[in-house]
Amino acid sequence: MGPFILRRLLISLPSVMGISVVLFTVLALAPGDPFAEMALNPNIPAEVREAMRVRLGLDDPIWQRYLRWLWAMVHGDWGFSFISRVNVDLLILQRVPVTLVVIGASQLLAMCIALPVGIYAAVRPYSWFDRLASTVAFIGFSLPTFFTGMLLILLFSIKLDWLPFVYKADISETGWAWWREHLRQSIMPVAVLGLFQGASWMRYVRSAVLDVIRLDYVTTARSKGLAERMVITKHVVRNALIPVVTLVALQVPAIFGGAIVTEQIFRIPGIGSLLIDAILRNDTPVIMAVTFVFSCLVIAFNLIADLVYGWLDPRISYQ
Amino acid sequence: MNEHKLRGLIDQVKTGRSTRRSFIDKMVSLGLTAPMASMMLMHYGVAQAQPAPVYKPTKRGGGGVLKVLWWQGATLLQPHFAAGTKDQEGSRIFYEPLAIWDSEGNLIPILAAEIPSRANGGLSADGKTVTWKLKRGVTWHDGQPFTADDCVFTWEFARDPATAAVTMGIYKDVTVTKVDSHTIRVAFAKPTPFWATAFVAAEGMVIPKHAFAAYTGEKSREAPANLKPVGTGPYKFVDFKPGDMVRGEMYPNYHMPNRPYFDAIEMKGGGDAVSAARAVLQTGEFDYAWNLQVEDDVLKRLEEGGKGRVYIVPSGDIEFIQLNPTDPWNEVEGERASIKSKHFALSDPAVREAMSLVIDRKSIQDNIYGRTGIATSNFLNNPPKYRSSNTKFEVNLDKANQLLEGAGWKKGSDGVREKGGRKLKFVFQTSVNSLRQKEQAVVKQGCQRVGIDLELKSVVASVFFSTDVANPDTYPKFWCDMQMYTTTMTQPDPERFMDQYLGKEISSKANKWQGRNISRWSSKEYDELFASAEGELDPAKRAALFIRMNDMPIKDNAIIPLISRPRVRGASVKLVTQLSGWDLDFAFLQNWYREA
Amino acid sequence: MRHRLAFASLFVLLAIVVLVLFGPLVWKLAINDIDFSTKLQGPSLAHPMGTDDLGQDLFARMLYGGRISLAVGLMAMLMAITVGILIGSLAGISRGWVDTALMWLTDLFLSLPQLPLLLLLIYLFRDSLKAVFGPEIGVFFLIVLVIGGFRWMPVARLVRAQFFSLREKEFVEAARALGASVPRQIARHILPNALGPVIVAGTIDVAAAIIAESTLSFLGLGFPPDIPTWGRILFDSKDYLDIAAHWALFPGGAIFLTVLTINFIGDGLRDALDPRKVL
Repeated sequence: MGPFILRRLLISLPSVMGISVVLFTVLALAPGDPFAEMALNPNIPAEVREAMRVRLGLDDPIWQRYLRWLWAMVHGDWGFSFISRVNVDLLILQRVPVTLVVIGASQLLAMCIALPVGIYAAVRPYSWFDRLASTVAFIGFSLPTFFTGMLLILLFSIKLDWLPFVYKADISETGWAWWREHLRQSIMPVAVLGLFQGASWMRYVRSAVLDVIRLDYVTTARSKGLAERMVITKHVVRNALIPVVTLVALQVPAIFGGAIVTEQIFRIPGIGSLLIDAILRNDTPVIMAVTFVFSCLVIAFNLIADLVYGWLDPRISYQ
Repeated sequence: MNEHKLRGLIDQVKTGRSTRRSFIDKMVSLGLTAPMASMMLMHYGVAQAQPAPVYKPTKRGGGGVLKVLWWQGATLLQPHFAAGTKDQEGSRIFYEPLAIWDSEGNLIPILAAEIPSRANGGLSADGKTVTWKLKRGVTWHDGQPFTADDCVFTWEFARDPATAAVTMGIYKDVTVTKVDSHTIRVAFAKPTPFWATAFVAAEGMVIPKHAFAAYTGEKSREAPANLKPVGTGPYKFVDFKPGDMVRGEMYPNYHMPNRPYFDAIEMKGGGDAVSAARAVLQTGEFDYAWNLQVEDDVLKRLEEGGKGRVYIVPSGDIEFIQLNPTDPWNEVEGERASIKSKHFALSDPAVREAMSLVIDRKSIQDNIYGRTGIATSNFLNNPPKYRSSNTKFEVNLDKANQLLEGAGWKKGSDGVREKGGRKLKFVFQTSVNSLRQKEQAVVKQGCQRVGIDLELKSVVASVFFSTDVANPDTYPKFWCDMQMYTTTMTQPDPERFMDQYLGKEISSKANKWQGRNISRWSSKEYDELFASAEGELDPAKRAALFIRMNDMPIKDNAIIPLISRPRVRGASVKLVTQLSGWDLDFAFLQNWYREA
Repeated sequence: MRHRLAFASLFVLLAIVVLVLFGPLVWKLAINDIDFSTKLQGPSLAHPMGTDDLGQDLFARMLYGGRISLAVGLMAMLMAITVGILIGSLAGISRGWVDTALMWLTDLFLSLPQLPLLLLLIYLFRDSLKAVFGPEIGVFFLIVLVIGGFRWMPVARLVRAQFFSLREKEFVEAARALGASVPRQIARHILPNALGPVIVAGTIDVAAAIIAESTLSFLGLGFPPDIPTWGRILFDSKDYLDIAAHWALFPGGAIFLTVLTINFIGDGLRDALDPRKVL
């Protein structure tokens, strides 16, 4: 295992660099103009726009711009947004807490729903519980988040007037009121995302457990007289966790990426909305920084998943 | 509407036979702006009406928090770097100009002590100089006094090409000198009838010399004050999260008494128009929302809750369609949609006229825009008295069919007309916007009924409205047969607007498609009229020239105006605002209050 | 019992396909007949699924759009699954540098921001595809490529993980001991047992592809805005949920039904392929 980890770590650095080159090239080639709104303003002479483009180095060849970016990154300078002239790291840091809280909570919720429901459904396949849970899951991921979000807003904010639907990052109340306000405004987005995610995860968990439960060693454990609960927890779940671990590893970086549609609907100032705004306005430094962090997380978590496989199933080896 | 008639109307106002209001309305209906009409009256000595908005609160503060929703959040707070109106509005919370435009086109002084006029000596006889007297006793948020030095500095800052300010166009052609600590003189190179550009409205916000002096030219974008504004406005800066939230608190030493009413202001950004409408009209979570580009029946439904109201503010924006006279599909000397090419169908006036007869504007207005749009056949509202004989909006399918038959376009087996083997199939593009997509569907149906087939295309707004040279879908390139968008009249002076139809401004590869004439229509007569309007000092003559120019591309059916779009805003029923269509929403922010 | 469910689902899915393929030949109402006097009406004899806010008949629109949605959904899903299985099995059965290289590729695709890439691809290839295949088919290929191209990575990783754990299991060892070649091991022993997560991914991908297409058209990148794909109809209906619920119910229900049937068919497939049929 040791040499494997070492090899993967050594490779991760060039692989991150390789990804950054591809990312940068894609962004540089993609159509769009950071100064789009200025084009509509007759007060801004064309020379001013040109001057800005030159100053920001937008007309230099791609490899030059990439190297400049790389050099700056290495020195901890993540650049500044073309649009707002704020430092990119500041922009991201402003949004990380909100993203972690809302998106993170929804992933946790999804896990908490998917695991028990999925396992129980698999243990009693095709029972009424399984049918019901699966049907709800199908509805869950057939309906896009913009739809369920809208539904919840209509019900809880407009009809019942119980919950606010515009998210405020800084709440002025203190103490208990602060917690209560945060809860009230977070319930809906967390529910929307968590249910959407949980629906598909539940199906994966169920399928994974079903696969394992049919195998011989489970029958053996059962025939040995072990209590059903022991069988499930000690034998089944551990082995069924492999696909689940894969999925979680794929999803955790997505927490950092935020959830674009949900953030839009509830006006949550998370990284997802930062990214989509930057993309629509061709704010390359911001896009580059966010996607770069994202790719580092992807690589890191996939490596962790590979390691966890080995721990979950000792027979997996990586020679 | 020639200049004699205009002068006659002005006389009527002067002698009291007609009201100032009706004159301004007529001018707006002919394609001019309220500020321009107001300046015309001023030139001929008609005094400004002094509207007195009733401001009820009797003390400063105590009003709680004002929560406003801008579904495009402000991304920076420096008015001279603003990338769009959202940034200008965010800045306007903290900064102020010398004067603003109200909804009637009157100039209202803010940091100026009074509005310059011939009577008080503020305007020179030769039309080249304006002298502004500044209000005394005004302080910046950090306590420093506001003086003429700040105005002079703002001028130097904006006109320096190294600063790359977005307001440079206004300030580079004037010279501002300090007369004394509270008087400045603005000098124009040539006599300028429309002098209220520098230091007025959105482009006129004054920035403090002491905060920016160390950051001029190249270093201007590094100034900390860009993100932590120090202004003279009713609210002081508290916090700013780009794209998300701007917060301010009441400024206790604000220079107008009993103002502001609110203790704090929060400007939240993000989301879309419909949910913004809901947040104000249905749940009351916010007091005010900007730009509700939503179907009117949805808005009406939301208003039923009684918590909020929709405000329709007249302004100069027009939604219109351009018909491409050039060939966008074949290259001539390596350029598509080159002025050297001719469109196989749209260069035929019969086809163009037929197109203008099949669009059901009334349907569009009644069913899509409702109160938020007014069907129009001229470049702005046009009451019957002034409609020229060719510009009416009728839907006349029979006439359209006749025109096309007569011009040789016969219906083929699939119902689409053709001539010489080429079918009347057009690509019609616009930006992504649910209202626009519905308009496209209505236009397509109209065309189908006379044998014209449309392929609809929608382009993301940030690409459509960009000037990216490499992208084929931008609107200045016009690489399709028809396109539709809204032209905004944010400039009170139409001259900067009318250059859109000049021959020399035609957008082409040579000028990297930066030319202002996107429709590629031109006419010698128009160019001649424009040249004479540029040098014309007499405002009535000038206005008459503009009105004539206005009609020309429309009579030729090169452009088809559809809907005049006023500004649509939502506010809670208790909120009292003062909205002007000729300036920013926040132009009168200091006067906003909430009724008990 | 489960076989009956699988067959029933197959039947329902085929019925949907037949409906969208041939329905427009029978149901003659136009999809874009704008009639403001009949807007937002609920289901009736004249309009079995009601009308939208421009008065257009929803049933006709659902039938027309169904062709595209089903085609896009199924083909994008098949593409994602095929590529995912290929890459996942290759990575899973080999070790060392092949695995590492393929995982780097997977990580790359996972890191790519979809939207700029989409804009770039469409801008680069739209005109040439249009020239070769014609406007509609060209756009169709591009969309399937783009949607499927962003969904194969989870499948690859899941398959690879399955391979890792299955590769060491006794029955595979047994096959190896009996001299089965590697391809035979994969095809007959490992792959059939690795399909569990693939089937789940398949059903999720169909729904996701149909919705993704509507997101694309909302950004101006997919089909033209007046083509009523199911995802688009759903998106257009969201502001009218409280007064015209029927507008959202039908496309949502259609997507749900498609997903349901594909899932049961998938289950049936897995059982059919599984040599160890355990109840």
